This record gives sequence, C-alpha cells and structure tokens, in this order.
Amino acid sequence: MSEMKGESVSSTIEAAVRVETKRQPLPPRERLQQVFDIRDLTAIYGSKPALKDVSMEVYKNLVTAVIGPSGCGKSTFIRCLNRMNDLVPSFRQTGTIRYHGQDISGRDVDPVAVRRTIGMVFQRPNPFPKSIHDNVAWGLKVLGMKDNLSDRVERALTQAALWDEVKDRLKASALSLSGGQQQRLCIARAIAVEPDVVLMDEPASALDPIATQAIEQLLHELKGQYSFVIVTHNMQQAARVADMTAFFSISRGEEGERWGELIEYDATEKIFTAPSDRRTEDYVTGRFG
Amino acid sequence: MSAVELSPLHRPQDRLRRRRVFNRGMEALAWLAAAIAVFFLGVVVWSVAQRGWSQLNLDFLTKSQVQFEPAVPQGLANAFAGSLVLVGLATAMALPFGILIAVYVNEFAPRPIRSAIGLTLDVLAGVPAIVIGFFVYGLIVVAHGQSAYAGAFALAVIMLPFVYRATVEVLALVPNSLREAGLGVGAPRWRTTLGIVLPQTIGGVLTGTTLAVARVAGETAPLLFTCSLAPNGIHWNPSGAIQSVPVAVFELSDSAEPSDHARAWAAALVLILFILVASLTARWLATRSKRKIMRAGR
Repeated sequence: MSEMKGESVSSTIEAAVRVETKRQPLPPRERLQQVFDIRDLTAIYGSKPALKDVSMEVYKNLVTAVIGPSGCGKSTFIRCLNRMNDLVPSFRQTGTIRYHGQDISGRDVDPVAVRRTIGMVFQRPNPFPKSIHDNVAWGLKVLGMKDNLSDRVERALTQAALWDEVKDRLKASALSLSGGQQQRLCIARAIAVEPDVVLMDEPASALDPIATQAIEQLLHELKGQYSFVIVTHNMQQAARVADMTAFFSISRGEEGERWGELIEYDATEKIFTAPSDRRTEDYVTGRFG
Repeated sequence: MSAVELSPLHRPQDRLRRRRVFNRGMEALAWLAAAIAVFFLGVVVWSVAQRGWSQLNLDFLTKSQVQFEPAVPQGLANAFAGSLVLVGLATAMALPFGILIAVYVNEFAPRPIRSAIGLTLDVLAGVPAIVIGFFVYGLIVVAHGQSAYAGAFALAVIMLPFVYRATVEVLALVPNSLREAGLGVGAPRWRTTLGIVLPQTIGGVLTGTTLAVARVAGETAPLLFTCSLAPNGIHWNPSGAIQSVPVAVFELSDSAEPSDHARAWAAALVLILFILVASLTARWLATRSKRKIMRAGR
C-alpha cells in the first residue's frame, strides 16, 4: 500500500517538473573536492534572523543551485559567501564558512581579498556606466592584471558568449546593450578577473526566456573552469542547470517569527524526483510556494 | 425624463459645490502667492536695470575706479577682477573639502557621525555671513591684515555647506547596485568610490558649486572685515586686499557723487545678471546629470 503511494508521488513529480538532463551522473560526494564547507551559519539583520543553522558543502566545478520561496534567505545565504552582507550595517552572522579550509567569516579576514576569488553576478544587470571594454577592463586594472589587457577582455567576453555581438563597438556605452547582453557583460566582468567561484543571485530573473537560455548555456560551458552557486526562484532553471540543489524554506517560530532554513541538499536529480523531505516534495511539485 | 435627472453626477449637490468653491479659492491663493514672489523680483530687477542701464558700457567693464575724479570716464574693472580672484580662490578652497566631507559622510561614516556632520553643516549654512566675516577677522586679519586670502576663506566657509549638501544629495542618488558591482569584482571600497561612484556625481557637484558661486559672488558682509581696504587699480595678487563687486556697490552707494550711485546700480545689475546666468546653468547641469544617474541605475 505504502509502496503504491510512493510510486504515484514520484511519477507526479516527474510529470510536473520534466527534468531534462544533459548531466553526467555525479561521482559520490566523497570524491568531490570541497570549495565551501559551511557549518551552522546563522545570519541576522538587526534582531531578525534571516537564516538559521545552515550547514552544507559546495563542490568544485559543479553548479550548485539554491531554490526556495521568497523570503527564505537564499540571497542572504550567497551574499554571506563573499562577504557582501558586510555592507549592511545591522548585519551579523555566526557559524563558520570555510573556503578551501580557511574560515572567511572572521573579522580578521579582508572581505576585499575574499571577493577577489569569489566573484558575483547580481539579480539585475548592473554594468558600470562606462564603455563595454572598460566594464571588463576596470576590474582587471584595479586588481593589477594589466598585462595583455585587450586579450583578457576579449577572452572574458568570448567566454560570456558576447564577443561576436560587441566586438565592433567596444567603445560604446554598456548601457546601450539589451538587458540580456548587459547581464552577459556582467558575467564577463566577473570571470575576467579569474575568480575561483562565481556566485549568481537570480541572474536571469530580469531577463526574457531567450536571454535566460543563453545564460544557462553559459553555465554549462563554463563550469569546467569555475564553480557556480546560483540562486533561483525558478525550479525548472535549477533542474536544467544545477548538479546539486539546496532547498531552503521558511520556518515559523511559536511567536510568529520567521526565518529561512536549509531543508534538503542533494543531487538535483534526487531533489526533483525523490526528495526525502515532505516540504521539498511539496515545493517541487508546486503544491506550495 | 431627461438624462440629467438619471445621473446623480449632474444633479447640483451642495457639498460638491462647496468643494468646488473651496478648490477655486485655494488655487487663487496659491496663484497669488506665486505672483507676489515674481512681482517683487520683477520690481527689484526693473528698478536696478532702470537706474544702472545707462552706465553699463564698455568703459564700465574695462576701466578701473578713480576715486574723487567723477569727470574721468571710469568703471569697475578692478572690482570685477577682484571678485573673480576672490570667488575663484573660495571655490578652490571649498570644493575639495565639501566633496571629501560628502564622500566620507555618504560612503564611509557610521550612522551617528553621519547625522552629526550633516547637522553641523546645516547649522553652518544658517550662520549669518557677517558672523563668519567677524570670525575670519579674528582668525586671520587681526594678525596678518586684510587680504584676498582672508576674504576668500570667509567666502569658502559660506560655500562649504552648499557644496557638501549638493554632493551628498547626488551621492545618495547613485544606486547601491553600482557600489556592489564594483566591490563584486574585488575592488576595495575607495577604488569603487573613486572609479565608479564619484564620476556619476560630477554633474550634481557642478550644479551645487555653481549655485554656491552665485551665492557668494554677492556676499558683502564677510568681505567688509577681511578684504575691503583695497588700493586703486586692478590687482591679481591675493596676498593684499582687492576690490570686489559687492564691496564696490556698498561703497559707491554711500558716496555723495550721483555718478557713483549710478555706477553702484550698474554693478548691482551685473551681479544680478551673473547670478541669473549661473542659476540657469546650474539647473541645466542638474537635469542633465540626474537623467544620467537614473539611466545608470535602472
């Protein structure tokens, strides 16, 4: 009886999501190299906890997706990974975030050094109000990577699949590009400085489906060189691009307080076809959210 | 049965009529207030222009004052040159300070310091100009005598809050996403501020500076203590006292000679025209730069 029920649930899920995989099967986790090892991460804005007790690992050369309903702390989470929350005056966090074994959450760690190896692409395209060339070159100049500047710019723009569209107008303002092109420029800007990890905070949420597809294609092509952590509220997107998926949800306390929590973290395939937690199942089948 | 009866909107209603009357009344009052403001400006400009126009010729702009010789053709070239030096020096002093304070307050300062500095500069903006003149008199003039440096310093103190306020306001308009973009590629905060944030504010800073220049170009009180005992002729050296337009207006209007009065009016007219042009330039710059920032932060 219970077996019957289990079967019908998983078939419903498959029907609902239709995961289209171009993925290689993942090797067992012990064989993967860890980039981040996050333990008991709690993030607090003012007195309100945004995230409680998150523990997970992020692996090298994989795309790790973070999904969940609005307000579950997805963005807060990835902004902890490159100390972007330092800009928020009331922000505090506890727990440890080890990056290749080194704790990067301490006060003695220079956030600028962290961001040099852990790049970021934001929700809305935010190119500098400079030329297309200078958008990519600025970071390189700041970080002292000035040798072969134009080669580096070309390589980054090529990797971001933008070179052919902009090679004849590198001096034009970046703001003259379309939204999708701007976002690819932001990706080029991020990868030009040769980071180890690229964090993406809903990079396609302000883009149309074709531009979105271009960016997802990019992730497939670039993950051999970088490790990606991508926040998305689009489950199909997570299913298409991610190797690993973390599902965050909102928990409620006795007095009505709310915070974000990591519910389940596993291979994307498993999260979408055979989740172990009821809440994950509800979310990916669209019964909640 | 007519349509008028069917629709309650067309039926005369007491309350609706009262509202309409009230609305008309308030509109008229607002219009009147605006008209009064424009009227007084008109009267000032017209009376100045009427009295000064006849003196406004080439001699007035190119020849210097010659005291006690009303028959000699003369002008206020020395005062124009002096004002140029004074305002130029004051801008050179106030601009870097104003911008640096604004950058510190908006980009780096913790919240309590931020509001403390803001309040301080707002108070400074309200300090009467003559008090600032007196302060500079005690600070510099008592020990070193009058000079264009002292006068320019007094003007700079008056300019500082204007430059600060204008810069802080445009800095606040620069979207955070741009700062995050700069930090996101691994740039330190000062590089992001210098390379990404500040270039966005040039238009706004220019606007504020232009308004501040217009404001201090007409300041008389702070110069009376600090830079009013000027020798005849055109002088460019700021280590001595030099003549300026507002001080010249002040002195000429006190003269017994009617042609001096006419020249005072003409000088006032030049000052008003300068302020008009400066304000129009400032407005033009402001709309342009705001549009640019908005486009970047979309």
